[in-house]
Amino acid sequence: MDTLTGWGRLPELGREQVDEHFESLTQGAVLSRGLGRSYGDSSLPANPADKVVNSRLANRIISFDSDTGVLRAEAGLSLVELVDLLLPRGWFPPVVPGTKFVTLGGMVASDVHGKNHHRQGCFGAHVRALRLRLADDRIIECSSDSDADLFFGSIGGMGLLGHILEVEFTMVRVPSQWIWMASVRVPDLDAFLAGLVRTAPKWPMTMGWIDCVHRGRAMGRGVLMAGRWATLEEARPQAPTPPRQTVMPVELPNWVLSGATSGLFNAAYYWSHVRRSVTGTIAPDPFFFPLDAILEWNKAYGSRGFTQYQCVVPRASGPAAVREFMERLTKLGAASPLCVIKDCGPQGMGTLSFPLEGTSIAVDIPVSAEIQRIVDGLNEFIIATGGRIYLTKDRFTTAEHFRAMEPRLERFEQARAKWDPARRLRSAQSRRLFGDKA
Amino acid sequence: MKAVVLGGTAGIGRAVAQRLATRGDRVFLLGRNADDLERSAADLTARHPHQERAGWALCDLDDPVSFGAALDAADRALAQFDAVIVTAAMFATQDALESDPELTRRLTTTNFANTVTFCEHARTRLLARGGGWLTVVSSVAGDRGRKPVGIYGASKAGVSAYLEALDHKYRASGLWALCVKPGFVKTAMTAGLKPPPFAGEPDGVARDIVHAMDRKRPLIYTPGIWRLVMLVIKHLPRVVMRKIEF
Repeated sequence: MDTLTGWGRLPELGREQVDEHFESLTQGAVLSRGLGRSYGDSSLPANPADKVVNSRLANRIISFDSDTGVLRAEAGLSLVELVDLLLPRGWFPPVVPGTKFVTLGGMVASDVHGKNHHRQGCFGAHVRALRLRLADDRIIECSSDSDADLFFGSIGGMGLLGHILEVEFTMVRVPSQWIWMASVRVPDLDAFLAGLVRTAPKWPMTMGWIDCVHRGRAMGRGVLMAGRWATLEEARPQAPTPPRQTVMPVELPNWVLSGATSGLFNAAYYWSHVRRSVTGTIAPDPFFFPLDAILEWNKAYGSRGFTQYQCVVPRASGPAAVREFMERLTKLGAASPLCVIKDCGPQGMGTLSFPLEGTSIAVDIPVSAEIQRIVDGLNEFIIATGGRIYLTKDRFTTAEHFRAMEPRLERFEQARAKWDPARRLRSAQSRRLFGDKA
Repeated sequence: MKAVVLGGTAGIGRAVAQRLATRGDRVFLLGRNADDLERSAADLTARHPHQERAGWALCDLDDPVSFGAALDAADRALAQFDAVIVTAAMFATQDALESDPELTRRLTTTNFANTVTFCEHARTRLLARGGGWLTVVSSVAGDRGRKPVGIYGASKAGVSAYLEALDHKYRASGLWALCVKPGFVKTAMTAGLKPPPFAGEPDGVARDIVHAMDRKRPLIYTPGIWRLVMLVIKHLPRVVMRKIEF
């Protein structure tokens, strides 16, 4: 029997169909997926017999208005193609996630956020219209003016209200093809959180990497990065060269990424930032998509697979809550080689969109016998702070915890009851979190 | 190059159309679904705004009556094309074909009789203007009668033989007939099948095709490794071919 996997490489039984004619392919389908970059089970079938369809060959651009930046394309168009095509012409997507190997449909279904969340919100904030295939096989065009519950429910709705066929959104003009970046080495967590808050008003893009392995004083030390598009004067005269990409050739043994090596990795990364602060131009690829330089890097976690735990701690809970989260993380033994931290702006319009005003933290955790205990422990803490998790990364949250952290669930379920009363559209994740039938 | 692509809305044909448009060649699409053609033409235009808008016309490989008019429409739009590229074809598994004689009739008619008929329409037009490129995607499946692709392979063997004869007879008149023999290519056509080793991607295959056209080659295997693979297979004795399942 065939299996499908997300980026975390934990399989579910099932198979997908792929065709350029995605729109007709979605007839009778219960789940659509794209490049398979969601970590958990949101793009995996609830039942091995479910019709799963893949949009990646449906990547035609339907129109692009070079005066207004309004672009409409089929859902399978990938960010990598879009950037390659339009950055040389002076356009960039309004919001990009940490990888460019995602489709437009996936960017909407996950309502992705990026380094500019504190200024620009999520990708969904820039979407003007969606064309969807509904559960009853009708095709419908929706926007904030027309069937708004369907439109906002689909933004961050993990594809549960309809298959996304086309996306219309607004690209932004950029002054050059280069980024002006400043990065600073920060000695501890409090300084880091203060730094994020201080940097946000001055820079359109911010994010940071912190050490979440070491305890005590070194906990939360890291590198804080801020950037903006370089002006023509700052930019280098030539266009950025296409990034060199290497493929992770083999699955690494499971012990390679363990607590000890993660500690070494964290220390090395911290001290590799030799000077306390660095400024200069950098190409967009290493700035926005640093991990894309190693294709299939998920094999580094070995055969056991991994999950990413990404949550947001509300600003109201204060820096103490972030510190407590980090302490709980190390206490639970969830050492991660990479911990990404970002301050988020206000919650967007997507009914189930992830970000809210506060601090987002993302850590990779290898799957082990302890994984359920670790995720439960972190979720209990996050619920207490009034925060929530990112469905796109999730594989282990329980239905009870999800319900407890998601006061907006009722509104989403109302939309679902209206547009798909039989809950025909479903995934392994919706089976787990929403109680959909297998 | 001013190229007509039959099958230019999907798979290898679409990748070839994109490649040609990227380097500034003009492209005209032929296919059987108007909405699909319109979208694909709009996509080419959005990606290559400095090009003239790509045109299209309906042409169904199952319907030979449509061939002449479609090529005439392409001629008008491009002010005489000089390249015709055929990537459209049918595929079905040997199991499906063996259990359905009507499917076998349709596949062999489309892939052989109608493809050759379309090429004859293209050939006469190209020769009348002093020559040009006639590129057809055949398959490695036509190189040897093999168990898993017996009927499909036979339809492609016919196309390959036809193209070789065109090259022999008309090269001196300026017709560059190119027979493309892809190995397994990951497209929607093959999506249900398990990719073997050396499976190619449509864009890599398109790059090889355009390169071979530029060099006026009569035959290419793509990805290139398939030349060696087929060399071995062509020389296996029958006693071995009867035993193996490849």
